[in-house]
Amino acid sequence: MHRFANPARFLKIARPLTVAALVLGFALTAVGLWWGVFHAPPDYLQGESVRIMYLHVPTAWISMGSYLGLGIAGITILVWKHPLAEVALEALAPVGAVYAGVCLLTGSIWGRPTWGTWWVWDGRLTSMLVLFFLFLGVVALAGAFDERSRGARAAAVLAIVGLINLPIIKFSVEWWNTLHQSASITLRGSSIHPDMLYPLLTSAVGLGLLMASAVLMRMRAIIAEQRIAARRARLAGDAA
Amino acid sequence: MKPKHQRLALAGAAVAALGIAAALALPALQDQAAYFYAPADVVAKGVAPGQAIRLGGLVEKGSLTRSADGLTIHFRVTDRLESVPVDYTGIVPDLFREGQGMIADGRFDADGTFKAETLLAKHDEKYMPPEVAKAVEKAEAAAKARPEKPTP
Repeated sequence: MHRFANPARFLKIARPLTVAALVLGFALTAVGLWWGVFHAPPDYLQGESVRIMYLHVPTAWISMGSYLGLGIAGITILVWKHPLAEVALEALAPVGAVYAGVCLLTGSIWGRPTWGTWWVWDGRLTSMLVLFFLFLGVVALAGAFDERSRGARAAAVLAIVGLINLPIIKFSVEWWNTLHQSASITLRGSSIHPDMLYPLLTSAVGLGLLMASAVLMRMRAIIAEQRIAARRARLAGDAA
Repeated sequence: MKPKHQRLALAGAAVAALGIAAALALPALQDQAAYFYAPADVVAKGVAPGQAIRLGGLVEKGSLTRSADGLTIHFRVTDRLESVPVDYTGIVPDLFREGQGMIADGRFDADGTFKAETLLAKHDEKYMPPEVAKAVEKAEAAAKARPEKPTP
């Protein structure tokens, strides 16, 4: 297991992956959003405001997916004490918070013309806000200790406990009466017209790749910082 | 190897305990976490007049009328089991229309009419272009107009 923890091995793979994810992510996001905003048809009820979906829905999916990644990193930290998992947790949390924040903001902007309100405290909106705070909590906790790996361990516990929020978000619209509509895309198919579904899926893949590239970049930066800190400590030790 | 397995078992047990706790707590929340009551809930529970509640359902087709002042609307909210009359004075959201979902805050008066104070439109999970919606409507109307064929 620990042979994958080798940062040199990780960096070797991560460097080309970062570039590929960044270029492909930018391209697909640009195509998906341009397609959705300028070419997809308006909705029969919502009119033009349906176009917010092309940003709102992918950020919702990806922020939930990245929280799942955070939980897995948390388990890996506590069980296998994997140093790379600590790096991943630290790298992932702020990016996930940004995606969750974009999801909440775009949802609010969509809700005003569609529902007639910016915000309500229904099951879906509230649990999504909790997800945003969980991301922020992991960021804060990971940075609250002088010793990096102690912070990562504390944050790992929060990340794991917060996993319970994911099924709550997913099923909130089925368990409880909510203002938010239920899922359009299920195992049984999609109630989104193909002319709207394809640009949505394109921007979802694009935004997912952009998140992956941002996380890889942050992981590489954190490893570089750790190396600098280690070298400084060694030099200080030599001088003494 | 042993401590690692211990930690794995501990983490697994913690996650399982968390899951069980949530599985027990969340269904129990059902009523408390509901954002609104449907007309059938209202009829079953017998909400007292003057009690503030949130009512949600579909605006019954053909029930929407407007008062002479142009601001007050009357309609019936249905969940296909029960339906209740609603009055509302004010500007309605763009998506508010017959056959669509709505959620209103307010209270029942003594006659059993729901006096809504705020009104929100609920959107469903269907997304389609206007032409497709029209085609669907046409097809549905045609299907209704066609006399039912006796099944052999």
